[in-house]
Amino acid sequence: MTPRVFLQELGVSYRSNGTEVEALRDISLEIRTGERLAIIGESGSGKSTLALAIAGLLPASTRIEGRIDWPELGRVPQNGRDIGFVFQDPASSLNPVLTIGEQIAEVARTHLGLNWRQSYKRAEELLHRVHLPDPASALSAFPHQLSGGQRQRVAIAEAIAARPALLIADEATSALDTIVQAEIVTLIQELIVQDGMSLLFISHDIALASEIADRIAVFRYGRLVEIADTNRIVTAPTEAYTRQLLDAHMGLDVEPLLRKAEAGKLS
Amino acid sequence: MTAPLLVASGLHKRFSRGGKTVVALDNVSFEIGQGETLALVGPSGSGKSTVARTILRLIEPDAGNIHFEGEDFLAQHGARLRAGRAKLQMVFQDPLAAFNPRATVARVLDDPLRIHDLADRAHRPKIIASLLDRVGLSPNLRDRAIHEISGGQRQRVAIARALATKPALMVLDEAVSALDVSVRGQILELLLDLQEAENIAYLFISHDLGVVRSIAHRVAIMDAGRIVETGPAAEVVANPKSAIGKALVAATPKLLRKA
Repeated sequence: MTPRVFLQELGVSYRSNGTEVEALRDISLEIRTGERLAIIGESGSGKSTLALAIAGLLPASTRIEGRIDWPELGRVPQNGRDIGFVFQDPASSLNPVLTIGEQIAEVARTHLGLNWRQSYKRAEELLHRVHLPDPASALSAFPHQLSGGQRQRVAIAEAIAARPALLIADEATSALDTIVQAEIVTLIQELIVQDGMSLLFISHDIALASEIADRIAVFRYGRLVEIADTNRIVTAPTEAYTRQLLDAHMGLDVEPLLRKAEAGKLS
Repeated sequence: MTAPLLVASGLHKRFSRGGKTVVALDNVSFEIGQGETLALVGPSGSGKSTVARTILRLIEPDAGNIHFEGEDFLAQHGARLRAGRAKLQMVFQDPLAAFNPRATVARVLDDPLRIHDLADRAHRPKIIASLLDRVGLSPNLRDRAIHEISGGQRQRVAIARALATKPALMVLDEAVSALDVSVRGQILELLLDLQEAENIAYLFISHDLGVVRSIAHRVAIMDAGRIVETGPAAEVVANPKSAIGKALVAATPKLLRKA
């Protein structure tokens, strides 16, 4: 099957204080049609650089090597139309002085060739799809009037407004509390299936990734450590670093540190 | 049985915002024993950070009492309050925002010693060296700027700074939430070691039940300004009684080990 996005020996570097910094090196992977691929890594792993590179959002001064191909598309992908991007902080990705309706309608108008009236109608449908309470009156609300979780729903509505083939969520739930995080993850899952989108889910949380992704790619220091089906990564990782990430996860089923410490005292 | 280190009873706090009144704390009562970790968990806006700020007297409650080391903490002011504050320290989520990024590590650790008049100028370098040692940092870091060191090192500096005044209680507000998972484990182990060595109590505020279950003795779950459930951490997480406790447990990401 043709992949939706195909990365071949992708490298990204930029100059910082006169020295060349390599953010990504020799990354080859594919994002399959309709799949949910998670990118896992710690600070400095290059996971966000990867998302920005695919979305064409890196600054012009960045040096990019290798190829990013969209075989199904047959043209250069357009941000907003072919790629929807959801950032970590919806407060800074939404425009504070435009109403919710205006900013979603703008995407629909720009990419779908609708007129304003149709675009507003489309915006209302989208707010309904992301389960925002009372979509009709939310259209005229401003971002600051909504809670963090509601703002992220609006950002998602905007990202999917033009029916993109790929949705990129870059730490999209990291600033939310766990209950709202679970709701947003459920929403993303639902939309991916409904629209047949592929999902690139960037996260530092391997447990969260295991709940959402078909495959997981582990990144460290700008390199791809390993990529495999979620089940294989979680149950039988081949790389020591992946094992380390799994061990560092503090689930509700592991031995508490406190108990270990107190057991140590007794012996 | 010794008296608890801190007793908060009947705390109330309302904020008015744009004509609307928000009840941030609604009859909040709890105790923390010496050398004990009490975790405060709850969704955003449940009042966790307001509790922390009230305990530190960064905001004053509308009603209620706080007794710290047997004394009425809310009645203290001036020199007495400053002395009390030395015993009650805070570590924030983002030490880069909490410190002057251009200050050196030594300067950050010197401040509390100077402000609380804990040592004269000649003795401070030695104390700073020992603080760095206690949090597992190399003495070579002392002249580095806060913005030059890693996030994990910075959080160790924040803990060292809190330790400088020999606190009986440390308030840790999402103190490990911004750290990489590999660093997080090391910082939690450091906190447990310090607690064992110096009998420090922690008020550990977090939305991460996995972390809370791992290091806290007791947990209090907050929702809409109220403590809705409290008990031993392992028990509450294994068998939550409140609706919000159940929701928090259900929402915690779990490593899926499908067969």
